[in-house]
Amino acid sequence: MKKYNVVTTISYPKKGAMGKTGTWRVFKPILDKAKCVKCLRCWIYCPEGTVTRNKDDTVSIDYDYCKGCGICANVCKVKAITMEREAKKK
Amino acid sequence: MAIKDLPDTECVIPGSAACPGCPATLGLRLVFKALGKNSIMVVPACCTAVIESLYPNTSFDIPVMNIAFEAAAAGASGVEAALRQQGKGDTTVVAWAGDGGTYDIGIQALSGALERNTNFIYICYNNQIYSNTGIQRSGATPYAAWTTTTVGGKTEFRKEMGEIIQAHHIPYVAQACVAYPEDLYKKVKKAKSMKGPKYIEILAPCPPGWRFGMEKTVEMGTLAVETGAWALYEYENDKMSFNGKSKLILEGKIKRKPVEEWIKYQGRFGHLFKPEKDVKRIKEIEDHIYQMWERYRSCYL
Repeated sequence: MKKYNVVTTISYPKKGAMGKTGTWRVFKPILDKAKCVKCLRCWIYCPEGTVTRNKDDTVSIDYDYCKGCGICANVCKVKAITMEREAKKK
Repeated sequence: MAIKDLPDTECVIPGSAACPGCPATLGLRLVFKALGKNSIMVVPACCTAVIESLYPNTSFDIPVMNIAFEAAAAGASGVEAALRQQGKGDTTVVAWAGDGGTYDIGIQALSGALERNTNFIYICYNNQIYSNTGIQRSGATPYAAWTTTTVGGKTEFRKEMGEIIQAHHIPYVAQACVAYPEDLYKKVKKAKSMKGPKYIEILAPCPPGWRFGMEKTVEMGTLAVETGAWALYEYENDKMSFNGKSKLILEGKIKRKPVEEWIKYQGRFGHLFKPEKDVKRIKEIEDHIYQMWERYRSCYL
């Protein structure tokens, strides 16, 4: 990446600038590929951009950075995404 | 246009400091799908200044300049002038500010930039509070909403920023919502193709600020439009037109949902329902929205 020689402080783009944000998650979105109708609503509504769009319009979820907000499961019209508890109950 | 036709360009890199379910990153993703990477963003103090993450890293894959709270539009004017001087007129300059930096603190710089006819896009993502500093009341907070500085509910109504901007008679003013991505994409694309100052306001339902579950961000945006609390419109060369559901509401083709359906999910209106229902104040909110739509009908139908 091109580095700039300037006198002010400058930050450079990096994946995971706040670390692996997937560790914030309590509920994990699980995609049922058989039910998916490729409407891409989860892809466009994911605030973090962790639902990635593949060439054939199927989607995959990046669990390293998914914060587990559950928007994808909530906007899915065919209920192909379900939220499952990941962390143990104390 | 369908969701499938939206491009793959991403300017927000995963792993940012945003809260789960954040409408600002959702809005940013959509806006930069339309603008592309040949843009410069000017960000005053707002949630987005935090979402950028910590030095020496950033989560945004485009050049960003951070600037003082009141100076978003003034800073963008400077960037635009410098680019023009260097012959880089094809680069889009975007000022991206919250409702605090637009409605209250940044209004004089914004008004000045619009009056000078600066060629830039000003985007206000409106979450109706100062959420970055911990949920204080702003000029955009609706009547009866709880914030940390209006504990019993706000006693005033919000102001109509869109109509204040329209009084500057600039080429393009629009109101959009993160829950309608195709509509937002189309509006940003249209703004990009025009010369002169452009203003777009995006309603951004904020889960921690409005006190609702983080999975409901999109649902709250949809309900805000369906209940008429927020209107999707665009104002182009002194001509007003409504879009999507708001158009159908204006023309009376669909009935506006009662506002109670929207506010009952939000904890910031919780004191209107518990311990007992405050019918009087709910009716005041409903009446205010009714009057707003009556005004729209008399002016623009």
